[in-house]
Amino acid sequence: MEKVIEILSELHPDVDFATADGLIDDGVLDSLDIVSLVAEIDTEFGVTVPAEEIIPENFNSAEAIFAMITRLDEE
Amino acid sequence: MLFTSYGFIAFLCILLLVYYIVPKKLQWITLLVGSYVFYAFAGLECLVFILFTTVSAYAISMLTHKAIIKENAYIDANKESLSKEERKAYRARAKKKRFRILLVGLVLNFGVLAVLKYTAFAVNNVNTLVGLFGAEGFSIPSLLLPMGISFYTFQTMGYLIDVYRAKVEPEKNPAKFALFVSFFPQLVQGPISRFSDLGKQLTAPHKFSGKAFTFGLQRILWGYFKKLVIADRVLVAMNTLLDSPDEYKGAYVLLLIILYSVQIYADFTGGIDITIGIAEAMGIKLAENFDRPFSSRSTKEYWRRWHITMGTWFKDYIFLPISVTRPMMKLNKAMAGKFGRVAASKTVAYIASGVTWFLTGLWHGAGWNFIVWGLLNCLIIMVSESLEPTYKKFHDKFPRLMSSAFYGGFMSVRTFMLMGLVRSLDCYRNVGLTFSMWGSMLTFKGMGEILSGGIFKLGLTAADFIIILCGVAVVFAVSKLSARQSVRERLYQRPVVSAVLCGLLFIAVITFGAYGVGYDASQFIYNQF
Repeated sequence: MEKVIEILSELHPDVDFATADGLIDDGVLDSLDIVSLVAEIDTEFGVTVPAEEIIPENFNSAEAIFAMITRLDEE
Repeated sequence: MLFTSYGFIAFLCILLLVYYIVPKKLQWITLLVGSYVFYAFAGLECLVFILFTTVSAYAISMLTHKAIIKENAYIDANKESLSKEERKAYRARAKKKRFRILLVGLVLNFGVLAVLKYTAFAVNNVNTLVGLFGAEGFSIPSLLLPMGISFYTFQTMGYLIDVYRAKVEPEKNPAKFALFVSFFPQLVQGPISRFSDLGKQLTAPHKFSGKAFTFGLQRILWGYFKKLVIADRVLVAMNTLLDSPDEYKGAYVLLLIILYSVQIYADFTGGIDITIGIAEAMGIKLAENFDRPFSSRSTKEYWRRWHITMGTWFKDYIFLPISVTRPMMKLNKAMAGKFGRVAASKTVAYIASGVTWFLTGLWHGAGWNFIVWGLLNCLIIMVSESLEPTYKKFHDKFPRLMSSAFYGGFMSVRTFMLMGLVRSLDCYRNVGLTFSMWGSMLTFKGMGEILSGGIFKLGLTAADFIIILCGVAVVFAVSKLSARQSVRERLYQRPVVSAVLCGLLFIAVITFGAYGVGYDASQFIYNQF
């Protein structure tokens, strides 16, 4: 989880990712951030995020992103 | 059968009547029969193509789903014995197999669309190329382009991809699936629906609801108002301007850009209002396709609010899959090491955007003007995005300016004009001609002529322009009001006011609708796409 927050903070240092829960809905993360994030997840966690997983529910908070990584890693 | 024809209105009345008279479990069959009757009016031969899409997509969806069930059963049965790596490797192999099945469906259906829609364009280009070497070109085939093929093909292929991704359970009843493909109100110009939103709604029983029915009819009436009072009236002036472009250069191009923006907005949103209204009267909720696009402050925002279902289709099924492909991920990582993460992600996103916008242009039509239109949109978005840090600095320096209504209005007008300018490629249908018209616009030649009465020599009288202006003012007011709360919900609390306003709207459509000598209720612009 800390690692996810660290990656996100590098993208937007001014956002408190520990509490933010509308990253997509509120327009904090745009498509460019998502492309960057997916590449980072692949590098840091060895988890490939397929296109169908790129939905607001999976990227709205650091917690949701971490839950998605854990799920994809287990599948 | 045009939405604006008396035949269609009679067809709709009969269908609505039958829909609510028959037992509820037969409602979806009524819709299926109605949809095929509607489509048959476009030409019996068109039925062959929609049937082909239906049958092939149904078969592929079933095969894909069977493969998913088999995969899951294997994983469940070997949960204990398989290691995590073995499980992942099996999933990857199985997904590849599943993808091959999907690919057959995509190639078959996009293949039919490509042959019918793009053969003449491709042959034309080949002829131009071989002509440079003095060779004789090929004859250009004249192929049938079935009504709505781009819309139903995209909707159905989106469904196949969703089934492949195990996002939706496929429809097992082929007749129910046929209804999803052919649901008649959206065959003309969308919206491009998702099975997860629409599939079950179409086949569920719907009890008559006075509120939903009234709302549906109101929305249909509103659509006719936009289409007949505004769009079809503006069309007369547009035809004059486009029939002799040499005569109407300079300031007339600016006039064309504004008029076409008004026309396409009233035409497309009006058509979608009729579509959504018909569905609503049947108790079916379709996806919204517009969210007050002309109030957008940037091109990016505009494309989130205009033709939303097409935009999200391209994002979900083209942009994102390209962005996360293996080669793109490799490129991203390689570039991140050398040029930094932002530059790497931007490069990947820009390549994916370029492909997406090229295809978006091509989807709109088989012509270089559409391709250039798509790529120009992409370029504007990329440039705006690259300039964002500069904008941010400027906005941080003048925080009060950002929140002022004046600056907001300026940004909206700027976006409106920029999008209108690019959209004029759609009018002139020729890239060279469009660019030369843009060049001539800079001279403002003809401005005096327009202001001294030239505007009334385009086929529309002063009274016509007053009707258009009043119509636009009403649409603008409703759009502003609906930003806060649904206008229809507000009116629902005041039935008398609602009845009076609807009566006035009806009278306006009957009185000011573009009928009679010199007018012809035309097909919707997006029907050709």
